[in-house]
Amino acid sequence: MSETTPKIRIRGLCKAFGPKVVLDHLDLDVMPGDSLVVIGGSGTGKSVMIKCVLGIITPDSGSIRVDGVELVGASTEVREQALRKFGMLFQGSALFDSLQVWENVAFGLIQGRGRSRSEAKKVALEKLAQVGLNADVGELWPAELSGGMQKRVALARAIAADPDIIFFDEPTTGLDPIMSDVINDLVVACVKKLGATTLSITHDLTSARKIANRIAMIFGGRIIWSGPVSEIDRSGNAHVDQFIHGRAEGPIKMELRRA
Amino acid sequence: MNFLAAIGRAFLAFLEATGRVFIFTLTSVSHCVRPPFFPRLIGRQMIEIGYFSLPVVGMTALFTGMVLALQSYTGFARFSAEGAVATVVVLSMTRELGPVIAGLMVAGRIGAAMAAEIGTMRVTEQIDALTTLSTNPFKYLVAPRLIAGMTMLPLLVVVADIIGVFGGYLVGVHKLGFNPAAYLKRTFDYLEMLDVVSGLVKAAVFGFIVALMGCYHGYHSRGGAQGVGAATTSAVVSASILMLISNYVITELFFAK
Ligand SMILES: Nc1ncnc2c1ncn2[C@@H]1O[C@H](COP(=O)(O)OP(=O)(O)OP(=O)(O)O)[C@@H](O)[C@H]1O
Ligand SMILES: [Mg+2]
Repeated sequence: MSETTPKIRIRGLCKAFGPKVVLDHLDLDVMPGDSLVVIGGSGTGKSVMIKCVLGIITPDSGSIRVDGVELVGASTEVREQALRKFGMLFQGSALFDSLQVWENVAFGLIQGRGRSRSEAKKVALEKLAQVGLNADVGELWPAELSGGMQKRVALARAIAADPDIIFFDEPTTGLDPIMSDVINDLVVACVKKLGATTLSITHDLTSARKIANRIAMIFGGRIIWSGPVSEIDRSGNAHVDQFIHGRAEGPIKMELRRA
Repeated sequence: MNFLAAIGRAFLAFLEATGRVFIFTLTSVSHCVRPPFFPRLIGRQMIEIGYFSLPVVGMTALFTGMVLALQSYTGFARFSAEGAVATVVVLSMTRELGPVIAGLMVAGRIGAAMAAEIGTMRVTEQIDALTTLSTNPFKYLVAPRLIAGMTMLPLLVVVADIIGVFGGYLVGVHKLGFNPAAYLKRTFDYLEMLDVVSGLVKAAVFGFIVALMGCYHGYHSRGGAQGVGAATTSAVVSASILMLISNYVITELFFAK
């Protein structure tokens, strides 16, 4: 084993909503420079896991260390300090609809880092250009954008403050194949350019193969397999095989009831 | 047995909700008094609450003043005290009806809008996004609304008082045949500073309650469009009830001998 501290080290993470156990002693390491993709069925707790790391959801128990600093049960200051390292692309984009597009992208710079509006606007327009949107789009309102454009604006917002660690929650869901590929390229390019560590969630295997250098599969509230992307086809794990081939028969039982 | 259990459960739920509101209030207030402040957002809320509520509050105050003059005239005629109309109008408006009517109108207009806006931000994860962009939602969303509510409602009430008294004057002079100068003299003869001040204190408290309930129910809404709708209703209903209760308490504090 190498000596480097992982960027993110999750141990024994548990979270239940009432009687429903979502995360059950989940362990996961993300090393610096990793581009990790987490795959898994719908409702297996992928978004919940990320939100626990971000502190949006309070875990029931377990440990989350970012650069070696424990976040579970930490003081507000420590957690705010850690939050500055993160960028997050939400599954539903979550753009602020009371703000123009450029203000959305510049938000973290203006409010979080106290940069001046004109300076932040320049950065925002640069980031919008990086995701292939021109300056005119910056003056629009989020409600005036298509879903794909909203995703790209959300992506620009996630990378605006040049974060260390970026989370992408289903960056390509709901987009056409071409736009998906454009977004994949953007994610890869952003990562290369910023040298960031990323943790992405996706159902889309094509996307996963393109973005990832490592893949982890979540099932039953735990990571049941993880390895380099090249080994995904010979994982020797029946759950992973079923997932990547999209078969209805296998160890993963969908909870469907036939009438 | 089941019946008792149900009562117990309801009581516990009530205690839990009270505690949650209390903690929410403390957190919000602590963010109102600590920097950084957001002057731009406070200004926007002030315009929304103060300026855009003027027509609604003005209309209701006008007709309230008018009906007050008419009612007290016909009522007081029974014991030949018609002369008290002007005094009744000005005291009722400044002490009670100005703040209560402005408060209820603002609860319907602003409290509902706050709950809907913040509730939508909650269910579309915009509030989570705020947190990840190193911005505290209490500071950014709740504090500006509370500050604007507490400062703007007293101003609205000043306007409502003036328009209400004017409405009473219109009816008194043009319909009931009072002498204009005598009516005005009657209006100001018995008016004391305390009447106006107590009304403004009420207004500040009502403004706080309306904004607090709008933010609280919006912040805790869940479950999509339906949840946001429910939050909106709860915000208006709870703000109205709390306002009327605190109205009694404040009146008691000011005037009970
Ligand atoms: N705030 C919440 N309250 C109650 N239950 C929740 C909450 N958030 C998530 N859950 C439950 O946790 C489970 C996991 O949700 P999560 O959003 O993490 O799924 P996911 O793996 O991201 O799925 P998808 O791929 O469809 O986005 C779901 O069954 C959901 O019902
Ligand atoms: Mg999800």
